Amino acid sequence: MTTTSTPKSTGRATAFSERTNPVRGEVLLEVEGLQRHFPVTQGIVFQRQTGAVKAVDGIDFQLIAGETLGLVGESGCGKSTTGRLVTRLDEPTGGKITFQGADITHLNRRQMRPFRRDVQIIFQDPFSSLNPRQTVGTIIAAPFDIQGIKSEGGTRKAVQDLMARVGLNPEHYNRYPHEFSGGQRQRIGIARALALRPKLIVCDEPVSALDVSIQAQVVNLLDDLQDEFDLTYLFVAHDLSVVRHISDRVAVMYLGKIVEIAARDELYNHSRHPYTHALLSAVPEPDPDAVKRRERIRLTGDVPSPLNPPTGCRFRTRCWKAQDVCAEQEPPLVQIGAPGHLAACHFPEERDVV
Amino acid sequence: MTLGATEASPPDGGLPSEHIAETAEAKQIEGRSLGQIAWARLKKDKVALISATLILLIIAIAVLAPLIVKISGFPPDQPNFKDSNGNDLLDTQLGGIPAGGLFGSGMSSEHWLGVEPQNGRDVFARLVYGARASLLVALGGTVVAVVLGTVVGMVAGYFRGWVDALLSRVMDILLSFPTLLFILALTPVIADRAQSTFGIPDNNTLRMGVLIFVLGFFGWAYLARIVRGQTLSIREREFIDAARSLGAGPGYVIFRQILPNLIPTLLVYATLIIPTYITAEAALSFLGVGVKEPTASWGRMISDASNWYEGNPLYLFFPGAMLFITVLAFNLLGDSVRDALDPRAGRS
Ligand SMILES: Nc1ncnc2c1ncn2[C@@H]1O[C@H](COP(=O)(O)OP(=O)(O)OP(=O)(O)O)[C@@H](O)[C@H]1O
Ligand code: SF4
Ligand SMILES: [Mg+2]
Repeated sequence: MTTTSTPKSTGRATAFSERTNPVRGEVLLEVEGLQRHFPVTQGIVFQRQTGAVKAVDGIDFQLIAGETLGLVGESGCGKSTTGRLVTRLDEPTGGKITFQGADITHLNRRQMRPFRRDVQIIFQDPFSSLNPRQTVGTIIAAPFDIQGIKSEGGTRKAVQDLMARVGLNPEHYNRYPHEFSGGQRQRIGIARALALRPKLIVCDEPVSALDVSIQAQVVNLLDDLQDEFDLTYLFVAHDLSVVRHISDRVAVMYLGKIVEIAARDELYNHSRHPYTHALLSAVPEPDPDAVKRRERIRLTGDVPSPLNPPTGCRFRTRCWKAQDVCAEQEPPLVQIGAPGHLAACHFPEERDVV
Repeated sequence: MTLGATEASPPDGGLPSEHIAETAEAKQIEGRSLGQIAWARLKKDKVALISATLILLIIAIAVLAPLIVKISGFPPDQPNFKDSNGNDLLDTQLGGIPAGGLFGSGMSSEHWLGVEPQNGRDVFARLVYGARASLLVALGGTVVAVVLGTVVGMVAGYFRGWVDALLSRVMDILLSFPTLLFILALTPVIADRAQSTFGIPDNNTLRMGVLIFVLGFFGWAYLARIVRGQTLSIREREFIDAARSLGAGPGYVIFRQILPNLIPTLLVYATLIIPTYITAEAALSFLGVGVKEPTASWGRMISDASNWYEGNPLYLFFPGAMLFITVLAFNLLGDSVRDALDPRAGRS
């Protein structure tokens, strides 16, 4: 592969030299008991809080430098909220976020500023994530502009290098977002996220809005960029098929909680939580024999409201294995099976799915 | 396995969704902004072209007034009683209405649009100078209203919470004011205060300044409401989060990210209120709280002429026609701008 057009040559390395680069395998980001409750208020003049949407309700995970953690779950389970908390676009209502040993849970905007270079986000919607009134050049230059970073050879050169690196024609510098297709727009968003050489990129369903044929191209691009720039990804998706290729580990979320987390192959081949089973059974399988071997689990009923989640295990209203204890006690997220394989279920699956 | 495709040529390339711009205008690298597209549409619109030409003409008249009056020969404030042959311009027996001319207007080769009854000032010169007062007050008032409305609306919509609650109440109060009544009552008071407290003489510069301020001050709340609503929805778009995730503060987000998206709204609103302010200036001058003697303004001319419409109807007609044409031109242009900026308008 050739990387002649990478912006590494622009000398920005000097401007960034004060930043410590994470060593592969060390903990880059740690989240403990992370919580985001959105208050629900009533009344117009005198507002009083009548409840809370428990979008994220106490989750723990670590991101190891250089890895990709897939975060999977149905719509509304709190994946985007988690991503927004990690990038500190939103304020946690509880818990702790540590980035490279520094507690960033409640840093204000000014204090967050240096970390902004290190943690970036790519959004789901390739239309709303780009300002329709700005040229691609302006959009990708925004990181330099906002952080006040000058690059050797000028911002324009840096931007065009970035465009080339993500597979855009650098001559389209002066074009507007509406002149690009969804896949190209997503590449613009990737270039913008990449501009400041972040260490961690939260990818919030970066390919969900794209045609299936283009999805693979964008995922491959992200994969390549990860190797080239030593990136760590938190990769959000709503089904297990998208993250399979790119993830090293996968976490499954249900109603604001992580219910299972494991290394990729471990999770796909030896999942323990009934919910993970249900999600896996929905993954299209290229091998027709495998489809026969695996019964399809159809989840019945709606996802309960995060305003008023079920007691005990949150999945019990839809779980075919639920017992009385599931309503009384919340199952802790504990190691089951291989090291690093955690699941939160009173009656974990014994048998393997393949 | 993964690379190759992404490195070599523009990817997503040969797919059908990749798209007209790529092939049809392959050589035109310069992108077309939404504004440029609207501009192209506007240029094809005949009504827009005609009204824009008229507006430019009226603006040119206002700007070049001293020059034009030099050519026509009579300054706007100069009383004229005799023509160059020594004949009386005004008929003293009929209370001073112009002698001769079409419908008793005093129109002649010297005074193209006739002269005023009683003091014989040149109507053409006063009409030309009247464009100055009208446009200056209307445009000035529009600028004040748009700037205030935009800033307040964006701040309320961006910060939400108590800032929004406070500013929204101010807007509500202002919108429920009997504005015209207040302007009528306030304008002389403000002019008076300015004179007594700050020693600013009550001349027409002051009067126009007061009109601009008053029109702008009572006019921003409506726009602020629109801007606030739009800001509330724009700030939920992901490019705002993208800017914030890069460390951008409220100033950057409001002025660099949100403001450009409001420009179509602001343009449409401005073209909407300019003609109402032209009318308002005329009405206020007509009612005696606007521009004062001896400065010409269309509203003042209409006010004066209304006393003479039986003997000299053209004196009423000329400023009325100018007012009508100007307001109509602005309104038509406003409509066209609105259509051109609206991506859903099925024209072009
Ligand atoms: N600003 C907010 N105020 C109130 N509730 C919110 C807010 N943002 C998110 N929520 C709620 O929090 C829950 C989780 O939302 P979130 O966007 O994190 O879900 P998600 O897993 O990303 O879903 P999707 O797959 O649809 O993107 C949802 O019930 C949502 O309605
Ligand atoms: S704890 Fe009970 S309800 Fe929850 S997933 Fe396990 S078996 Fe089902
Ligand atoms: Mg989401």
